Amino acid sequence: MKPGSLSTFLRTGAIWAFVLLELAFFGIVGDMVSTSNTPFLAPDNLLLTLKQAAPIGIIAMGMTLIMINGNIDLSVGATFALAAVVLLDSMSWPFMAAMGDWAIPLAWFFALAVGALLGAINGLIVWKTGVDAFIVTLGSMLGYRGLVFMYNGEQPTSNLNWTLVDFAEAQFLGLHTPTWFLLAVTLFMWFLSTKTVHGRNAYAIGNNREAAVNAGIRVGPHMLINFVIIGFLAALSAVVFYSESGSVNPNDGQLYELWVITAVVLGGTKLAGGSGNVISTLGGVIAIQVLRKGLGHMGAATETVNLVIGLILIAVLFLDRQLNVKGREALKT
Amino acid sequence: MTEASEKTPSTGSAARGGTTAATPAGGLSKAGIAGFLARQGILVAFVLFMIGFTLANERFISPDNVLGVIRSSAILGVMALGVTFVVISGNLDLSVGSMMSFSTIVVLDLHDQIGPGLAIPAMFALTLCLGAFNGFLVGYLKLNSLIVTLGMLSAIHGLTLTWSGGKNMDIADKAGTWFSVFGQERVLGIPMPILIFLLLASLLGIMLAKTPFGRKVYAVGGNGTAATFSGIRRARTVFTCYLISAFCVATAGLLQASRSLGSQNTVGQGMELEVLAAVILGGASLLGGSGTIFKTVIGVLILGFIQNGLLLVGLQFYVQYVVTWVIIILAVWLDIAAKRGRLLSPIA
Repeated sequence: MKPGSLSTFLRTGAIWAFVLLELAFFGIVGDMVSTSNTPFLAPDNLLLTLKQAAPIGIIAMGMTLIMINGNIDLSVGATFALAAVVLLDSMSWPFMAAMGDWAIPLAWFFALAVGALLGAINGLIVWKTGVDAFIVTLGSMLGYRGLVFMYNGEQPTSNLNWTLVDFAEAQFLGLHTPTWFLLAVTLFMWFLSTKTVHGRNAYAIGNNREAAVNAGIRVGPHMLINFVIIGFLAALSAVVFYSESGSVNPNDGQLYELWVITAVVLGGTKLAGGSGNVISTLGGVIAIQVLRKGLGHMGAATETVNLVIGLILIAVLFLDRQLNVKGREALKT
Repeated sequence: MTEASEKTPSTGSAARGGTTAATPAGGLSKAGIAGFLARQGILVAFVLFMIGFTLANERFISPDNVLGVIRSSAILGVMALGVTFVVISGNLDLSVGSMMSFSTIVVLDLHDQIGPGLAIPAMFALTLCLGAFNGFLVGYLKLNSLIVTLGMLSAIHGLTLTWSGGKNMDIADKAGTWFSVFGQERVLGIPMPILIFLLLASLLGIMLAKTPFGRKVYAVGGNGTAATFSGIRRARTVFTCYLISAFCVATAGLLQASRSLGSQNTVGQGMELEVLAAVILGGASLLGGSGTIFKTVIGVLILGFIQNGLLLVGLQFYVQYVVTWVIIILAVWLDIAAKRGRLLSPIA
């Protein structure tokens, strides 16, 4: 075993242990407190939990790569909303409406293209201006939200297509369509980040940008690609979610960036860049959703969830720091 | 660093060929203009905006309108003053939005239970406790401020909802309370929120620019290690910055509550990022060590006047989001471009 791989295993494993702990807690204590007849660990309930984790989870996969690369993206919530508006509105365009159900793939394409384009704008600005990604995406969070409002005013955009709803509600091998998308995205991002040159370079850039530059890695294009990916994934998340619900408010997706970052940090990815992996992020996403669902199961009001998740986030940060400090001290002696 | 920055221009021009061939000659003058714009850019932009909007609609510059804009920017402005301290010390405070909802809801609720005279100090004390918790985690435990205050954003929102039970909070006897004095009264024709904002801005401005504490804030944000070695207690300085931020948030909550005498739980939601935008627009660097209270005030006013000006020329309120986006990026970009002496970043 390489030095440090044990602590790495402990850290990547920790989030899954936490998920198991949550499941045990809500399965035993939750069921005693709960007034509902169905047990928390009923398969249907667990499958539903996974399905509901998908919208945040799909974006979190892109955020993991962005954060490994040493950047951050605060505009994902606005991108999510704009892609949703384009998805639903484009289906009512005359030439699209005339196409019947063949309009669906085209509408998906438009929404995903818009997402990738918004991501590319962020990436290009970060690359070419050298302004910190936090500021760039803070700005575009406002700007993209403004575009959502300019598109359709303050009205909700609605277009319920039953073929789409059937597709989004379908269950294949028990798992819902959104869950399949989440798993597919996770698998793809795992492959991209661990098995490709691009993924390896993303770690290198996040770990030590100067060293990466000196090693001849072109930092800019890698950052651009990562922003395109997260824009695309934010749109994919919208596509999966709004295919089912069929109506989007201009304020939808607000605070998504914060939920996504919370999930990624719970999964052990460092803001400073250079470390993290998508499998642990999946754990973080599931942990949050199980917590929400479990507290709801116990009859706790929704506000408690915010309180608990906030405190857990801080506790994880603290524990992680303590473990790392201990590890480094152990190496010294 | 020097090695990397020396290397990259050559590879950059080799890769991009013809397009960059003109930059050495044009680059200098560009840097000169950019340098001027970066030093005084925020003021220049402010003046240009004011002239432009005045030409478009003369009502824009009327005293009533100007006072109205400053008045409605005061709440955001007061919060931005505190966040300026935190940002200069090299940290972030994303919890100010939900902390503002907390203080608004708490003071409105306590108003009817223990009277305004006790409710106000009680609310300040509770809000300062939250600020102290932030300061303890970031200052003494040295945890990452972005994540800590992100967690606090969520936690305080939960706390607010638990306090109010999710219901809107209203003062029962709206006509018979003197509590409305902070948000609705005028002194010498000037609305109270403006006076409080300006008073707080001058006090904190002097504190930051003229006192030893202010210099410690810059030192800690500029180079924390050097500050520690020169005997500055970093943790205590950061802690105090978060207390100042919480104090400003409590003041903002008081203004908000006093102005509307009733509130939803979501009142401050999303304001943390608007506040940060104003502070950055004022030229404070997120890396810490730079920024002033005066520039933050200008940043706040720019956001307020843009919003108002766009409405007056007949555009929808949401156009301001897009305009703000462009302005923030341009402001920070020109600032960086002036420091490095070239417009485009040297990132390959």
